[in-house]
Amino acid sequence: MSENLIGALEMLGQGMLGIFVVLGVIALLVVLMGKLGGGK
Amino acid sequence: MDFSFLWQGIMSITWQQAVMYVIGGLLIYLAIEKGFEPALLMPMGFGAILVNLPLSGVVNQFSAGIGETPGIIQWLFEVGIEASEAMPLLLFIGIGAMIDFGPLLANPKLFLCGAAAQAGIFLTIIIAVLLGFDLKDAASIGIIGAADGPTSLLVSQTLKSNFVGAIAVAAYSYMALVPIIQPFAIKLVTTQKDRAMKMPYKPQGVTRRMRILFPIVVTVIAGLVAPASVALVGFLMFGNLIRECGVLSTLSNTAQNDLANLITLLLGITISFSMKADQFVRPETFMIMGLGLVAFVLDSVVGVLFVKVLNIFTPKNKINPMVGAAGISAFPMSSRVIEKLGQEADSQNHLLMHAIAANVSGQIASVVAGGVVLQYFANLG
Repeated sequence: MSENLIGALEMLGQGMLGIFVVLGVIALLVVLMGKLGGGK
Repeated sequence: MDFSFLWQGIMSITWQQAVMYVIGGLLIYLAIEKGFEPALLMPMGFGAILVNLPLSGVVNQFSAGIGETPGIIQWLFEVGIEASEAMPLLLFIGIGAMIDFGPLLANPKLFLCGAAAQAGIFLTIIIAVLLGFDLKDAASIGIIGAADGPTSLLVSQTLKSNFVGAIAVAAYSYMALVPIIQPFAIKLVTTQKDRAMKMPYKPQGVTRRMRILFPIVVTVIAGLVAPASVALVGFLMFGNLIRECGVLSTLSNTAQNDLANLITLLLGITISFSMKADQFVRPETFMIMGLGLVAFVLDSVVGVLFVKVLNIFTPKNKINPMVGAAGISAFPMSSRVIEKLGQEADSQNHLLMHAIAANVSGQIASVVAGGVVLQYFANLG
């Protein structure tokens, strides 16, 4: 397998993992903020 | 008297430059007659003609009698895009100030739709590599799937891609074509029953504190996972914080209107510097246009399939699969497409608010995607 293809596959893995982690953590924090409620 | 100067220009037009006049004319036509992203495609089309006139004064020229004379479009490109990425980044302040994240904050599950619909970017990178593009060019082409013009421009320019002009044209053209591309892609992977699936909308109160904390939280988390995304995410969220803080309404209006319009006015014509005939008229441009289309289709297809899988695990709280396709960043066109398809399947089916939530999630996800792609290359050392 070519070096470029390995790089592209790595980018797929790291990229999707990174995006899901960032958005997943944000979603959890939004849920948490909603549960804590309060404020205006 | 020597009259040769009168036809010196016309005699030095190359066939590649003539092709660019046709492309410039086509972009102007599409912008004005068809309404395709006119604020960007019209300046890009006109700029494509300007930069391809022989010995054009809008790009730097050298003549024996005068020496080097600077060109305004080249200067704008070098200062506003090449040196600092200032133009696309400043535009993000305006975009951030325009976005209401309320529907997404009311239904945080839809954050996942934005994440899933970025898969087209990475799948297209793989296809581009298989077609023979080097990894940086492939990544720049794949990022067309972010469905976000400024992100495409910033990533391709930062990676010093050889195809910035073609990538910009593809990114903005396909964004305008979302109402045609997405119905086709969605119908490939949904049934009439899927499209008719109703989702109750229960608007939940989103507190002002949550709206203010949100842009700060997003910036910090994205910055910790992918530091290269801080400029993109940070400027987007800075604009949103100005909007939501409630004490900067004048600045918020300026960011949404004056700043965004001013940058947009200059951005299109500045990008046209990368549409010089020798860089644009080559076989790879056609491949990039094709790959951009593939990226948009894959984004939509993966978004739909992801929701179908998610629904298996959450049978009591199902999402209409089409909402997954709204996870691309093309806001608000994609939301409107989902609403229209939902109503075609069942006239009582209203999906707009859910689609908007997924769509603004896609806006965040696309800039994070741009950041993680840059981060990948930064980590290569």
